[in-house]
Amino acid sequence: MRIRSPLVPAVTIAVGFVVLLGYFFPSLLVQNLRALLIDWGVSLAGVAALVGILNLVVVHWHKANDKENRSLYSLLLLAAFLITFGVGLWLSPADPGFQHVIIAIQVPVETSLMAVLAITLAYASLRLLQRRKGTMGTVFVVSALFFLLFLSGFLPVVRQIPLVGGVADFLHRLPVAGARGILLGIAAGSLMTGLRIFLGADRPYNG
Amino acid sequence: MISLDLIISLVLILTGALATLYFSLPKHARAGGLRAIRALQNLRRAIGLSVEEGKRLHVSLGNSSILGPNNASALVGLSALEQAARISLVGDRPPVATSGDGTLAILSQDTLQAAYRTNHATAQYDPDRGRLAGVTPFSYTAGVIPILSGEQISANLLVGYYGPEIALICEAAERQGAFVLAGSESLPAQAALYATAQEPLIGEELFAIPAYLQASPVHQASLKAQDVLRWVLILLLIAGAALKLVESVFGAPLL
Repeated sequence: MRIRSPLVPAVTIAVGFVVLLGYFFPSLLVQNLRALLIDWGVSLAGVAALVGILNLVVVHWHKANDKENRSLYSLLLLAAFLITFGVGLWLSPADPGFQHVIIAIQVPVETSLMAVLAITLAYASLRLLQRRKGTMGTVFVVSALFFLLFLSGFLPVVRQIPLVGGVADFLHRLPVAGARGILLGIAAGSLMTGLRIFLGADRPYNG
Repeated sequence: MISLDLIISLVLILTGALATLYFSLPKHARAGGLRAIRALQNLRRAIGLSVEEGKRLHVSLGNSSILGPNNASALVGLSALEQAARISLVGDRPPVATSGDGTLAILSQDTLQAAYRTNHATAQYDPDRGRLAGVTPFSYTAGVIPILSGEQISANLLVGYYGPEIALICEAAERQGAFVLAGSESLPAQAALYATAQEPLIGEELFAIPAYLQASPVHQASLKAQDVLRWVLILLLIAGAALKLVESVFGAPLL
């Protein structure tokens, strides 16, 4: 296996160190350096978005020109892209007519996908007990149904009954506590992922 | 004056770094293996089967921005992509990576190129294999679904930031009879994945993927350090609750 160059990780670690240092120390020099590096990052991300769009066009161009398995959807995408890009340049993206046409196409398409998603999730919930046989599957289905009903606001009277109201308040907080537990685990994992990149063990880049 | 938040952050970062270094030492690295996560054991088998069958692995990196706070799972996905590319070197079809952000698309191409370059297989690198599928959550979903049906995908590794729309990708993959292992740091996505994915990863389990796929000493040490960090967080929570209790009894804040 070929050894990877140490230069790129060295730059990554140095930049990471300055940004991290700026988080803990309010020194003006460190803060300015941190702000400069973050600004560069934001500018590069903007350029990367353009490169990404170019990549999308190139991939679909190749698919549309594939003689064995030509994709009509790719042709449609390229045509829609060229029309949108051309009209956007001609009228400017801020033009109300241009925005109206884009929204009139995008919103119904995304709403339709949302409707398909609702049906997909409802069907998946019905099949859940079949898919996940065991305690956790049952607990998931029962708690999902229970909290769907409980948090829907159909049972406001329950919270006004003495003693039962306290239990209801506890149950109301229970999903939040569970979510926080999961989020704390994710925070620990995110921190360790950042540290691995900072220590040069993970290198999500070439070089 | 440094605030309590910064002190806690510093303690957690130092604990994580020191625990990683401690578990990386040869005598501690050998002690105790990784805890068993069935989904990740099945992933190794699915990647192997995919190579044997001459089919392709799909790695989805989600649609978060690399500059945003939700990029950790995508970074895990990139790490997994590199290892998946190495495993697939002997196969007929290289893996395909999709993302919903330009930066992630470039990083996925870079990661694939690095994997081929370090294994002397630069000729196998195809930039079209790391692609932007769409820039909004639903356009990303719409861009990924045709890939699942049209590019002979037999295993899917979905690791990134998603919304509940990830359920549509899981259902599409299942219709193709493909293996799906999925994890996200987003709570709505985790709920949707539990209902639709063949092998969902809940909570911090997704951060164990690099350790299971790469099994390098640093990745294993990092996973053990993550467990230590979790205990530190639990102790901090208990200490916080105890302080709050004492505060309510004595009627004055202690910190």
